[in-house]
Amino acid sequence: MSKLIMNRRGLLKTGAAVGAGMAMPTILTAASHAGYTNAPTNGTVTLGFNVPQTGPYADEGADELRAYMLAVKHLNGEGDGGMMNTFSSKELKGNGILGNKVEYVTGDTQTKSDAARASAQSMIQKDGAVMITGGSSSGVAIAVQGLCQEAGVIFMAGLTHSNDTTGKDKKANGFRHFFNGYMSAAALAPVLADMYGTDRTAYHLTADYTWGWTQQESIQAATEAKGWQTAANVLTPLTTTDFSSYVAPVLNSGADVLVLNHYGGNMINSLTSAVQFGLRDKMVNGKNFEIVVPLYSRLMASGAGENVKGIFGSTNWHWSLQDEASIAFVQSFGQEYGFPPSQAAHTVYCQTLLYADACERAGTHNPCGVAEALEGFKFSGLGNGDVEYRAEDHQCFKDVLVVKGKENPTSEFDLLEVVQVTPRAQVEYAVDHPMFAGGALGACNPGS
Amino acid sequence: MDAILLQILNGIDKGSAYALIALGLTLIFGTLGVVNFAHGALFMVGAFVAVTVGKVLEISKITLDPTKTDFLGNPAKIKTPYVTEWFGDFGLWMIEWSVLVSVIVGIPIMILIGIIMERGLIKHFYNRPHADQILVTFGLAIVLQEVIKAVYGANPIPQSAPELLKGSVDFGVMVGMAENSVIYPLWRLVYFCFSAILIGGVFAFLRFTTFGMVVRAGMADRETVGLLGINIDKRFTIMFGVAAAVAGLAGVMYTPINPPNYHMGMDFLVLSFVVVVVGGMGSLPGAVAAGFLLGILESFASMPLIKDAIAAIGLPSIDQIIIYLVAVIVLLVRPRGLMGKAGMMED
Repeated sequence: MSKLIMNRRGLLKTGAAVGAGMAMPTILTAASHAGYTNAPTNGTVTLGFNVPQTGPYADEGADELRAYMLAVKHLNGEGDGGMMNTFSSKELKGNGILGNKVEYVTGDTQTKSDAARASAQSMIQKDGAVMITGGSSSGVAIAVQGLCQEAGVIFMAGLTHSNDTTGKDKKANGFRHFFNGYMSAAALAPVLADMYGTDRTAYHLTADYTWGWTQQESIQAATEAKGWQTAANVLTPLTTTDFSSYVAPVLNSGADVLVLNHYGGNMINSLTSAVQFGLRDKMVNGKNFEIVVPLYSRLMASGAGENVKGIFGSTNWHWSLQDEASIAFVQSFGQEYGFPPSQAAHTVYCQTLLYADACERAGTHNPCGVAEALEGFKFSGLGNGDVEYRAEDHQCFKDVLVVKGKENPTSEFDLLEVVQVTPRAQVEYAVDHPMFAGGALGACNPGS
Repeated sequence: MDAILLQILNGIDKGSAYALIALGLTLIFGTLGVVNFAHGALFMVGAFVAVTVGKVLEISKITLDPTKTDFLGNPAKIKTPYVTEWFGDFGLWMIEWSVLVSVIVGIPIMILIGIIMERGLIKHFYNRPHADQILVTFGLAIVLQEVIKAVYGANPIPQSAPELLKGSVDFGVMVGMAENSVIYPLWRLVYFCFSAILIGGVFAFLRFTTFGMVVRAGMADRETVGLLGINIDKRFTIMFGVAAAVAGLAGVMYTPINPPNYHMGMDFLVLSFVVVVVGGMGSLPGAVAAGFLLGILESFASMPLIKDAIAAIGLPSIDQIIIYLVAVIVLLVRPRGLMGKAGMMED
């Protein structure tokens, strides 16, 4: 048996070794030091842009990516500053975010939930992204939002229109600037009633997934509140390419309006079929047969060609708006890329600035600090009038545009005309509205 | 009754595209013994031949109009297609009827693409297992669609039918039914007629020409035909080109029905293989008959009446799987398909 003898020198050596050992994790990982996932290091902050780069929404994803790159440029003090000059908050100075130069990594969602989660995971774990943003589908947005909640990073949703994103699937780490199905319906129904009358019977063709279901439920409720009736709601598989067998029975159904709750390629093909079947030339119940597309995008309108002429729908934003912010963004984007931005580009650009501004106001990249700064944040100067990020569900409330396919377009981009800017008050709803029920925001997760 | 007639019409129309692609697949399999997974891509390439022809015809002289501005406030660009400058009304006619121009241009282009594909790649896989052939042709299909996406983007590109053939016809009145009971798009009827002519043409070519007779003999017994001193390989290469042209023309004519995109070939490929298997491997009449049969069944499965009836007994919708269900049943009852011959892929 030996006897432990500790002299002064030995005590100092042992103390130094233990101290260094205990400090090691925080020295090696700044994240642990900061207390949240992927804290910025070396004067840079990494954002993760998760957009469809392959698959059917690749063009929309490409436009989102252009807008992200423009936002990064503006945040780092390059270019003309775009909507940073018109944004009501003046925290952004063109010196990155909190003095850290903004860098970015990109992922390909492929418009598939599992692929989108994998690419987001990779950007968080391998590339150190402190915020994930993007997407062109509600299924993808909900999946990635869930992942970001688990990983402890902020998710700034891109193009996602399902009520569920900020309804039953809302998350404390997720924020949506884009509008939703309820808002589209609330904006569109009064215009449809004014244009086509209140004695109408609608036939719905609905994409069979989360966005389609909530869009259909919203537009049916809003139009029935105006006196319309619903003849049928036929669910169409997302993979359908030829909609003729779904469109063919519409004329004999007694309906005089066809509502296409479709987006992207589905909408292009279903609208093309409906026009080919001559629905718009027919009289039913003594009235002209009409077609409605609740959610429009310019890229979709471009794919559907002349079939969109005169057809009503709604959109989050349009490049032809004449407010100071929209003009600034269109100029900035147009000079950079040679064509006007889409609504997807607009929403992701706004989300990037909003995230950066929230970090500045919170004084940290910690997701919980950023979330707190975004909750209840009121702003203007980003192209949608006076806007608020509601604290209770992280949904942005703003004016909604009712648009119509232009009869005489003057260019390949001039496909939609704004019929009405529906004021925000008309599209607001209670936090506990039944269409958004079933989920809980939960607590913010800063990760580790 | 009107709903049934409408879905029969619709099914025949859908079946036209399936039949045309399946016919080409069967021709290639029957002659060269190759399972060609790039055949759907040939349908897509045909559609983009139409897109290209449309774009070429609309190459324009650009002048600036200082009285109008574009979205950036610069003078607006006025485009005048060169063909209208050079050929006047004939130029306008060419733009209006660009689908027809594409059919004419598409035949030699697609035959050439088919021959290059066969000589450049597929011939090296004749004596390899079917799994190798499937892998290489599927890879080729992916390459072709990615090339198209890189050039034309992922967004569908709308193509118009000629003004004369746009809109719909009251088919019900034509067969003595009430007005507006069976309305059908004119171009889809054109597509069906075109398919019928093309299918008839291929059968007539094989049946009534010496070239066709040799090809049929080669399909039945390749070695014996070779022993007679006939270069059957050369004829089979030409048949590959013909099959590519059939798929390509099906794609050209399909463009006014649905705006073409880079993925459209894959959408048809799997269905067309099911059509070939149900019809019977190597059987040309089987492929055509199965194409129309499955098209009609798919249409009926999409009817609200059928969907409601299935939902009422608690089952999910079958409109996307009806073809596969029928394929299972047919193969259980007739393992060689509806008109399959003994010995095809049975070694």
